[in-house]
Amino acid sequence: MSEAKTLFQKVWEQHQVVAETAETPAVLFIDLHLIHEVTTPQAFSELRERGLKLRRPDLTLATMDHSTPTRTEQVFGGQPITIESAAKQISALERNCAEFGVKLLGLQNSQRGIVHIIGPELGATQPGKTIVCGDSHTSTHGAFGALAFGIGTTEVGHVFATQCLLQRKARTMAINVSGRLRAGVSAKDLILAIINKIGVSGGTGYVLEYRGEAISALSMDERMTLCNMSIEAGARAGMIAPDETTFAYLKGRPLAPQGADWDRAVAQWRQLPSDPGAVFDAEVDLDANMLEPMITYGTHPGMSLPISGSVPVRADDAVYNKSLAYMGLKQGQSIGGHPINVVFVGSCTNGRLTDLQAAASVLKGRKIAAGVTMLVVPGSQGVKREAEALGLDRIFLDAGAEWRESGCSMCLGMNGDLVDAGKTSVSTSNRNFEGRQGVGARTLLASPLTAAASAVRGCVTDPRELF
Amino acid sequence: MEPIRKIVSRTAVLPYTDIDTDQIIPARFLRTTTREGLGKQLFADWRYNADGSERSEFPLNQPQAAGCTVLVGGRNFGCGSSREHAPWALYDYGFRAVISTEIADIFRSNALKNGLLPIVVDDATHQWLLSNPGAEVTVDLESCTLGLPGGRSLQFAVEPFARVCLLNGVDQLGFLLKQDAAITAYEQSHWQVAR
Repeated sequence: MSEAKTLFQKVWEQHQVVAETAETPAVLFIDLHLIHEVTTPQAFSELRERGLKLRRPDLTLATMDHSTPTRTEQVFGGQPITIESAAKQISALERNCAEFGVKLLGLQNSQRGIVHIIGPELGATQPGKTIVCGDSHTSTHGAFGALAFGIGTTEVGHVFATQCLLQRKARTMAINVSGRLRAGVSAKDLILAIINKIGVSGGTGYVLEYRGEAISALSMDERMTLCNMSIEAGARAGMIAPDETTFAYLKGRPLAPQGADWDRAVAQWRQLPSDPGAVFDAEVDLDANMLEPMITYGTHPGMSLPISGSVPVRADDAVYNKSLAYMGLKQGQSIGGHPINVVFVGSCTNGRLTDLQAAASVLKGRKIAAGVTMLVVPGSQGVKREAEALGLDRIFLDAGAEWRESGCSMCLGMNGDLVDAGKTSVSTSNRNFEGRQGVGARTLLASPLTAAASAVRGCVTDPRELF
Repeated sequence: MEPIRKIVSRTAVLPYTDIDTDQIIPARFLRTTTREGLGKQLFADWRYNADGSERSEFPLNQPQAAGCTVLVGGRNFGCGSSREHAPWALYDYGFRAVISTEIADIFRSNALKNGLLPIVVDDATHQWLLSNPGAEVTVDLESCTLGLPGGRSLQFAVEPFARVCLLNGVDQLGFLLKQDAAITAYEQSHWQVAR
């Protein structure tokens, strides 16, 4: 009888070029290298300085998203890009991709978007692949049963030069989620609850595998939201076994296998799920039925609570009090009803079509509260077109929100989309770190439903009150 | 890269847990195409006031922190973004080692490739270090020991390949490039990777 293996072990073993020893890590082959403007310039320089070629441009795909503006007039002309250093990064990526023969979805390309939105959307992300990118939210692609993780710029250079990485094998952690999410409770709420349970470093050294009835019932968009934030629990990767939902999503996408290749690929992908009896190094159990909409109140994604709850009381904890002081919150205060100034719907966490549909379902026929600014930023130009075909842009604009071109936008304050100091935002992004959305900005992470409901009321609001 | 063998320094201490890479270097400073000169932006939003003046209460701005090459941080140092600008900024500022009870995976991997040694210690040692800023410590990478005042010393773990690279001041790419024949053989035997 052969040994029962986990999904992670199978993908790992299929990509070992050289096995690890006590002295040296494994040499792991990379099937897809996604790149963007911010974490690659120094790696291209390294290639140039050492006279090296980019080994597999055919397995490399470039987009621009992080420092890229989202204002239509800056993307499609009429106005220059306001931030000079961002413009320089964008033109550096254009030059580097041309010089090294990498396919680039440039500023005005109709397929451009956030790197973790376009990989799946184009069908480049597939089960069983190893996928890396100089971005920690590369874990998103694990939703397809790929082994996908973020790397630094030196490692970007390693993949450029050799299509391989030196890696030590991670441990595995099963996250077993029973039951079903109730109405108004989304994948975002589930992942915030998981991070709350295992802690922001609970996943360090592990690859997570999300399993169970609640996970099987999720759409691909929801699975991506879940895997996306694996890194916020410290895990470099999160994976979900591919199934019929996965195959149905991928079939017919431009970079997915076609015809006989498709049938062959699906047959291989069906072998990937963890074998019955496969042993994980750790296991965690959750019941989806018990969950409420979640929202963060502190300065890391583990500091979250059910939206009906109140800020925990912990006397004499200096670090905790520093965090609450930054957020302008008090111990014991109810989070519901807390006034807000800004709402952001978008990012690689919640910038896909169904996320925008969720926000629109709340905003339809309603206006955002006076004094609240709301920004809706589709994750890709493809998502933007689909949303506009459904009339979602009209719903957002009629409600008083702004509708932009795709990009990372207000998730991280480096492209001009910022939350002002001292202002509180409800954001569908992934990080509530100090200053993440701008110097002094106060970020509450939540689902698109909660973000939209909070925009309508001008304060933190349980979306179920507006159904 | 300069080889690392022994680091003797007083410690600078940042007694905060979960110091993320957005604090180490905020995203707006990532709009650069080089890796040099990031030290002045290290911990920018904690170090400086809005007008650019230094915040005197921030530990690294205090006179006793000047010249320290070993940084002690709270639990879970370096979490969050994969930005290698974080270890670049720490190194450029002058740090050669970071000590905590937990160090995030991507940050640790990046640090090891840039001459910045991540050292994980037990809770008791960590508590002592947090409570004694400016303590003189000796990091010996050959023996993997951390020496503390009073002759105490303890072992720490470093990934063996990264350790050899750091001791010799060589990067890891050279080793990978030598795997060319194995990589080519792998590529030829795996049809699915050729689109």
